[in-house]
Amino acid sequence: MAKQWKPAPSRPSPETWTGIVGWLRINLFSSPANTLLTILGAGLLLAIIPPMVRWGVFDAVWLGDSRAVCDSSAAAGNGGACWVFVKVRLDMFLYGFYPEPERWRIDLMFTVLGFSLIPLLAPDFFRTGRSQALVGGCGVAVVFLLFGALPAVFMIGYTFAPFLFERVSLWHTPQQIQAGKRSAAATGAIGVFAVVAAVYWSVRLAGVETAALPVSLSAGVLSLCLLFFGRLGLLVWRWIFLFCVFSVFAFFMLVGGILGLPEVETHYWGGLFLTLVVAGTGMGTALPVSILLALGRRSELPVVKTLCVSFIEFVRGVPLVSVLFMASVMFPLFLPENVTFDKLLRALIGVAFFYAAYMAEVIRGGLQAIPKGQYEAAKALGWTYWKMMGLIIMPQTLRLVIPGLANNFLSLLKDTTLVAVIGLLDLLGIAKAAMADSEWLGFTKEAYVFAGVVFWIFCFGISRYSVRLEKKYHTNYQ
Amino acid sequence: MHIRAAAGLWFRGVRRHLGNDQRQQQNTSSKMADTDKKSARDREEIIAISHLNKWFGDFHVLKDINMTVAKGEKVVVCGPSGSGKSTLIRCINRLETHQEGKIFVNGIELTNDVKRIDQVRREVGMLFQNFNLFPHMTVLENLTVSPVWIRKMPLAQARELAFQYLERVKIPDLAHKYPNQCSGGQQQRIAIARCLCMNPKVMLFDEPTSALDPEMIKEVLDVMTDLAKSGMTMICVTHEMGFARTVADRVVFMDGGEIVEENDPENFFTNPQYDRTVTFLSQVIAH
Ligand SMILES: Nc1ncnc2c1ncn2[C@@H]1O[C@H](COP(=O)(O)OP(=O)(O)OP(=O)(O)O)[C@@H](O)[C@H]1O
Ligand SMILES: [Mg+2]
Repeated sequence: MAKQWKPAPSRPSPETWTGIVGWLRINLFSSPANTLLTILGAGLLLAIIPPMVRWGVFDAVWLGDSRAVCDSSAAAGNGGACWVFVKVRLDMFLYGFYPEPERWRIDLMFTVLGFSLIPLLAPDFFRTGRSQALVGGCGVAVVFLLFGALPAVFMIGYTFAPFLFERVSLWHTPQQIQAGKRSAAATGAIGVFAVVAAVYWSVRLAGVETAALPVSLSAGVLSLCLLFFGRLGLLVWRWIFLFCVFSVFAFFMLVGGILGLPEVETHYWGGLFLTLVVAGTGMGTALPVSILLALGRRSELPVVKTLCVSFIEFVRGVPLVSVLFMASVMFPLFLPENVTFDKLLRALIGVAFFYAAYMAEVIRGGLQAIPKGQYEAAKALGWTYWKMMGLIIMPQTLRLVIPGLANNFLSLLKDTTLVAVIGLLDLLGIAKAAMADSEWLGFTKEAYVFAGVVFWIFCFGISRYSVRLEKKYHTNYQ
Repeated sequence: MHIRAAAGLWFRGVRRHLGNDQRQQQNTSSKMADTDKKSARDREEIIAISHLNKWFGDFHVLKDINMTVAKGEKVVVCGPSGSGKSTLIRCINRLETHQEGKIFVNGIELTNDVKRIDQVRREVGMLFQNFNLFPHMTVLENLTVSPVWIRKMPLAQARELAFQYLERVKIPDLAHKYPNQCSGGQQQRIAIARCLCMNPKVMLFDEPTSALDPEMIKEVLDVMTDLAKSGMTMICVTHEMGFARTVADRVVFMDGGEIVEENDPENFFTNPQYDRTVTFLSQVIAH
């Protein structure tokens, strides 16, 4: 008879250096050269950080509201920063020349955006409908308290309509699908058209004529999604709402001209607000466009492929500054005389498409890393091209290219400063304008440091967020 | 899709294939007559392939393949590496396009028509050597995503179905793991369950066990045997001759892109007709 085999028991690993001292010894003082580097590094930090902190925090002038405070402090031999300058100009830094009584519109727009982004950017914490409803409820309360009843009504619709849409499903039974795709598509098309027309006319009848087209189009997109995708998750609906509903809302909030809101032309826009508008629309447009470009570049249709390749190669061959110049100087030459096309809009399109070309190449790199077997398995299960791309291939691709995309988002955010060349004053532009103010001459350092810190905060946020995403997906399947 | 396929065909150009050697023609014509008679009487054909020819560039991979598979039949396809086994079964669900000949699946002829391809893929499931589970989804999502998105099945019902099939392949406890956290044998069984969730009439297996360790091979073969007993129509490319012997109704031996011989397993193993088959069998069985 064979002997019985018993696996040997596992032992704990032998003691290693642990604790803080162990860590220091391993990491900082493991060899003479390493020790020397540690000492040099510590010396360098000691030489740089204390003076910076002294200038920026301890010797700085924080209180007061005029130049006199800073001047007297400097006369007393105090070489610190004058944050009074930034404090007095803060509104300018944030809103540019946007007229003061209308600035609440910007605040409202960002409040709504903030509350709608919370569940989208941290989906792990807001998986359940209840937690999303809670955030939405908080949003409604905040909007009501700060901005009044009408905005709160919008907020209620905006946050709670996705719950409704999630429950509606036009495809209940397999029989409905069996009933024939063509007739379903025809009825669907008629339905969507009816929705668009109904919304269009009701908005017109309500007396808001300029808003009729955008609002009815976004209603059309929503009903198309309902028709084609059957049942979508709550968060997916929130993304759709962000792109279709929020964008229309934000546009009319900022531009005005309807519902008694005075129109604010875009040359009044500026400051951090403008930076965020350019960066936000840039990112929101560039990512979807870049996905399409990347798919187009890999398409087997020669026309599509050639178009995408030539667009990408053209854009990659020119600097952003010249794209912006072309958008502002050359582009109007091609338009008929009475057609005007807003300068900011042109800059937005320029930035978005410029980055779309770069991001398309990043995404294409990711697409090439997806094994052929994934496509084959999906096809064998009956997946059609767009669904397969959307649910099987793209999710994997985007996970792979998070670092590359984050890189592009960061440089997009910082390149918004280039809109200065076509005469738009973003945060940095406003800072420069503020320095040139004769009343506050000589505070360049403060202005630059402030602008730098604000940019750094946003960039660091994006960077951390991308690292978090990477970790999350890495632990899932590596 | 349709345009893509059409464009592919356009650029490849239509090739004309001329000439066949004598033996093959006699062989196939007699066989065709044979199957024709049979099908009229007691066979309900679910797959019918006639005069299938396929080229990769100038390379003639499949040479005048004729083959029918009846409902509930289990066919094992074997042959040396590069003989075109994978290509043949990949033609059946149009993962590869063929240039000549006809393929009927459940009465639908495969052409460039997207609708037909779609209908055929509805009936045909496929298993791959390296499983090809979707790595970004949990096992449960892998199983439910296709019924929900392709068949528009309600999620709750799809979940129920998924658990039913996970139960059947004996791994219900893996539902919330990610594919990469499962062993190879488990992954292949998940892939089988994923396939079954789409309720196929025919299943194609392309060397489902050849990437697995011996201990895992058995668990996958057990599931496949179980599936065979349930009456599923199966076409299986495999080197597992034990499986072929016990499960198959018919063994097809291919070499150089041709079907050299096909026979029931008993005769195939004990009484091979061609010397090529004899050498192949001696190699496979000796190893
Ligand atoms: N996409 C392709 N392009 C060109 N040649 C190919 C392609 N796919 C396969 N081939 C060739 O076609 C022949 C048949 O390939 P196939 O994969 O069908 O063989 P197989 O019988 O499945 O072999 P194995 O047992 O190794 O899987 C091989 O010689 C292979 O090199
Ligand atoms: Mg093969």
